[in-house]
Amino acid sequence: MTYLLLFAEFFKIGLFAIGGGLVTVPFLFDLTDRYDWFSKAELTNMIAVSESTPGPIGVNMATFAGFNATGIWGGIIATFGLVLPSVIIMIMVAKMMRKYSCNLRVHNVLNGIRPAVLALILFAGLQVAKISITGSLEILVFAGLLAMMRLWKQSPIIYLCLAAIIGIVLKL
Amino acid sequence: MKELWKLFGLFFKIGLFTFGGGYAMLPLLRAEVVEKRKFVTEQELLDLYSIGQCTPGIISINVATYIGYQQKKVWGAVATTLGIVLPSVIIITLLASVLQQFTDNRYVAYAFAGIRVCVAALIADVVYDLAKKNLNNYFAAGVFIVSLILLVWLNISAVLLVLLAGITALAAGEIKRVKK
Repeated sequence: MTYLLLFAEFFKIGLFAIGGGLVTVPFLFDLTDRYDWFSKAELTNMIAVSESTPGPIGVNMATFAGFNATGIWGGIIATFGLVLPSVIIMIMVAKMMRKYSCNLRVHNVLNGIRPAVLALILFAGLQVAKISITGSLEILVFAGLLAMMRLWKQSPIIYLCLAAIIGIVLKL
Repeated sequence: MKELWKLFGLFFKIGLFTFGGGYAMLPLLRAEVVEKRKFVTEQELLDLYSIGQCTPGIISINVATYIGYQQKKVWGAVATTLGIVLPSVIIITLLASVLQQFTDNRYVAYAFAGIRVCVAALIADVVYDLAKKNLNNYFAAGVFIVSLILLVWLNISAVLLVLLAGITALAAGEIKRVKK
């Protein structure tokens, strides 16, 4: 039964998470309210792991979330569910027209969805902040890291490693 | 069959060597499918990305499926998609089983507390970039603010919010067209 739920939930995420990358994150936070597959803190750890391992973040998140929920098969089924809408839709797109282009209506809809997705990501960020920024020391670390990201664009892995060291040194 | 394995192997390699997916995948993809193998032209690959932007799903999966289908129909699509997904599934499954054994360790817990703060900063960084790129007109800013209100105060689900925003934008577009 859990397998079926995992499949259905991740199929839904695959269908509605338009754009990829961190877009899957708010949908996963939604799941923490409804199932006990993983906690918000575990989910935040998952984001870090997904950003620092190879492969698309969405796929990494699905595998990790499914594994945390029910083990190896959970990871495989969640990933399968996430990927299936893409595969079906892209085969249809490739079949219908070689030169498919976004028509005006599709374009309008996407322009409306993008700011909503941005709000979703910000909301997920606030939930991450609530569980991670628990004192004034954390606020300082957050501000320092963000300033570094803005001034010195590097791969997320570098910041995550740095943050891990800071966490150990400061005993966060 | 041999060509299916080749497609699988190619996308396995791309999945293994790209961090982040989506646009991070573009340079490697370009080198392999445009320059080396000539499966698609440069322009087609860029078109593919814009299609990926306006179809549901993870962009890198969309691109992999499309190229696979174009080369070897449905089985080609299955081969490329499996190829790009498999490295993630293997690596994450291994990591997840190891990770669970170490989270009780005090120092690992400290490290993850630091990492979680970093994740908050990474999301803030992405939100800033996306806001600069997407919130450049009144309609977009309006949808963003209303969405945030619905999320914070009404606890609306992510799926429902995406649906509502899509319908609103579609209606707004039609009204604008009728007026013209």
